Amino acid sequence: MSTETAAVHAEHGEHEGMTKKRIVKVFFILLAITCVEFFIALVLVPRYATFAHTWANPIYIVLTLLKAFYIVAFFMHLKFERTSLIFAIIVPILFIIGLILVLTNESHHWIDLRM
Amino acid sequence: MSTAAVSQIDEVKSTPWSGGRSPFDVEYGKMMMWFFLLSDAFTFSSLLISYGALRFSASAWPSAALVFQSVPGLIEHGAPLVFVGLMTFILILSSVTMVLAVEAGHRNSRKEVIGWMIATVIGGFMFLGCQALEWNHLHSEGFWWSTIPNPDILKEFFTKGVPYGAQASSAHQFANLFFTITGFHGFHVFTGVVINIIITINVLLGTYDKRGSYLMIEKVGLYWHFVDLVWVFVFTFFYLV
Repeated sequence: MSTETAAVHAEHGEHEGMTKKRIVKVFFILLAITCVEFFIALVLVPRYATFAHTWANPIYIVLTLLKAFYIVAFFMHLKFERTSLIFAIIVPILFIIGLILVLTNESHHWIDLRM
Repeated sequence: MSTAAVSQIDEVKSTPWSGGRSPFDVEYGKMMMWFFLLSDAFTFSSLLISYGALRFSASAWPSAALVFQSVPGLIEHGAPLVFVGLMTFILILSSVTMVLAVEAGHRNSRKEVIGWMIATVIGGFMFLGCQALEWNHLHSEGFWWSTIPNPDILKEFFTKGVPYGAQASSAHQFANLFFTITGFHGFHVFTGVVINIIITINVLLGTYDKRGSYLMIEKVGLYWHFVDLVWVFVFTFFYLV
């Protein structure tokens, strides 16, 4: 029993902290993603009209989700928690996707109502 | 500890899901902070998704590059995204100082925790100051809850050829949603700063040295990172898209 707890602690201790090196690394990743967003918004979108109407927004959303992943996984330390806690937090988020689908669909109907 | 006398059904269970130990293996307060943040995530997503639905169904929308193109007090026109870029940078940086405070807390290094917490509080105040300037700028142009600028100013915020009726209705929606959502986020930043100050005072008083653990820093850290997380989404959907 006591060896088991010791083993759990050792395993936990290994992942325990974000080292300073890793914190700085995540910071630069977040900064780089933000810079890419600015590059798209300030350089690509004004120059290429078709790009602005097609790929710009999906790329923004993917980059935003990427930033969210880095903040939640590393800054909020969720990646290093127990799998059960990770699932308890991530699975309910799926309801948000449901709301997005419902209201996107609904908003198309609102357009028809305005005509 | 002789288990021979205990019948199988009376034996103390030790596996995570039968009461032996916590299945999540986190302290109670930290788990509840996670669950609170989950509920807060639902609140913010409801706001942002309603914004999306209204914007999808609108025939026109104020162009972000035209509405947000000034640095209050410095540049009046032609600097889109510069000011909000600064705000984003400040918030990410204060998230970094927060995570450094948590890291110092793991090593029970009181001095470092104090330093990083004070840096985080300063970052929070800087962000709030920027937001106040941003709000003040939009207000001076005529935007407020259910208030829009007069037609001459309003047409500057749209691409050419949008009729006034469409401009006015979408500008109303834009103003309400912008002030409500950034206001709700700003309120979170404000409460975060207040909580950070309280925790910093506790660190100064030596509360967590007596307790023997700096876990409290981790809990307020979660809240602070969540505020940064929400800003990432607000920034994308109001300023970029």
